[in-house]
Amino acid sequence: MPKWFMPLAAINALMFAASPFLIANADYEATMGLVQKIFYYHLPSAWIFLISAIVCGIASARYLFRGSPRHDRLAYAAAELTVLFGAIVLVTGPLWARKAWGVWWQWDVRLTASLMGWMVAWAYLLVRRYGGPGSDKLAAGLALFGMANVPFVYVSVNYWRTIHPPTTVVPTLPVDMGAALWFAVACFLLLFFLLLRLRVHLEEQRARLDSLYLSLDE
Amino acid sequence: MRAAVLVLVLLTAPFGAPAFAAGATGFGLAGQQPDAQPPKPVDEFVPVSQLPPQDQLPAAPLLVSAYAFVWLALFGYVVSLGRRLSKVQGEVERLESDIAKGTRA
Repeated sequence: MPKWFMPLAAINALMFAASPFLIANADYEATMGLVQKIFYYHLPSAWIFLISAIVCGIASARYLFRGSPRHDRLAYAAAELTVLFGAIVLVTGPLWARKAWGVWWQWDVRLTASLMGWMVAWAYLLVRRYGGPGSDKLAAGLALFGMANVPFVYVSVNYWRTIHPPTTVVPTLPVDMGAALWFAVACFLLLFFLLLRLRVHLEEQRARLDSLYLSLDE
Repeated sequence: MRAAVLVLVLLTAPFGAPAFAAGATGFGLAGQQPDAQPPKPVDEFVPVSQLPPQDQLPAAPLLVSAYAFVWLALFGYVVSLGRRLSKVQGEVERLESDIAKGTRA
């Protein structure tokens, strides 16, 4: 691993330890009260979920058209992170909704599209794991659909007026709520970058292991 | 006269029953909390410095569950990644030493 990895990981751990203090000190939201504080981890996770789906899609496209194993490794790593952050979004969202909306789940456009994106990422991983030879190209095709779903998820709340808050909520946040949110976004972005690097490193090691086995056979 | 009214009521009962039933149901629901009805969507978050007391307890378990899930999911993933990485690295090192021994032999 590169030298910068461990210092950055330590900084990220400190940032995560500090984030609850900022979140606790941010004002309560008038209509939703305490439960709205889920927002400070829910929204960054949602953004990372979408970013990782985009990374997976772009890397898969490059792998499909150029055939570089480096891009395949990146796509595989990003797909796993899409599943991780998607799970966080799909669990924290209903916990917030139960209090704010009175229901755990609504078949709202954004929620449904997010669930679809998450299932596409799962499909990618399952195809890679059980698809046999050639599954990498098949999974890369799936990742393109996962990426195509991302803009749909993002703009859905603005085109179809649903119960989910629209994207205009974020620019209207007052200073202390905004500070807590942007700090959490920085935490999650750095974490995503570190986890992606670590996961790619795992794939590199697996590729190295495969080449060692091949050389041993020869 | 009373008998005529009763007959009239009985004769019109099948037509009036749904309306009466609807009225009775509405009356019954008026005393309940419509907790399954989602509220109207909000366009912006309005901050308040004090939380209403009735809003504090019910939200706390949900908030704690959400944060606990995030922390546990991230921690679990880091542990899983670390284990997978150390396993693969261990195997790489073992193979490299086997190949080196084979080369020397």
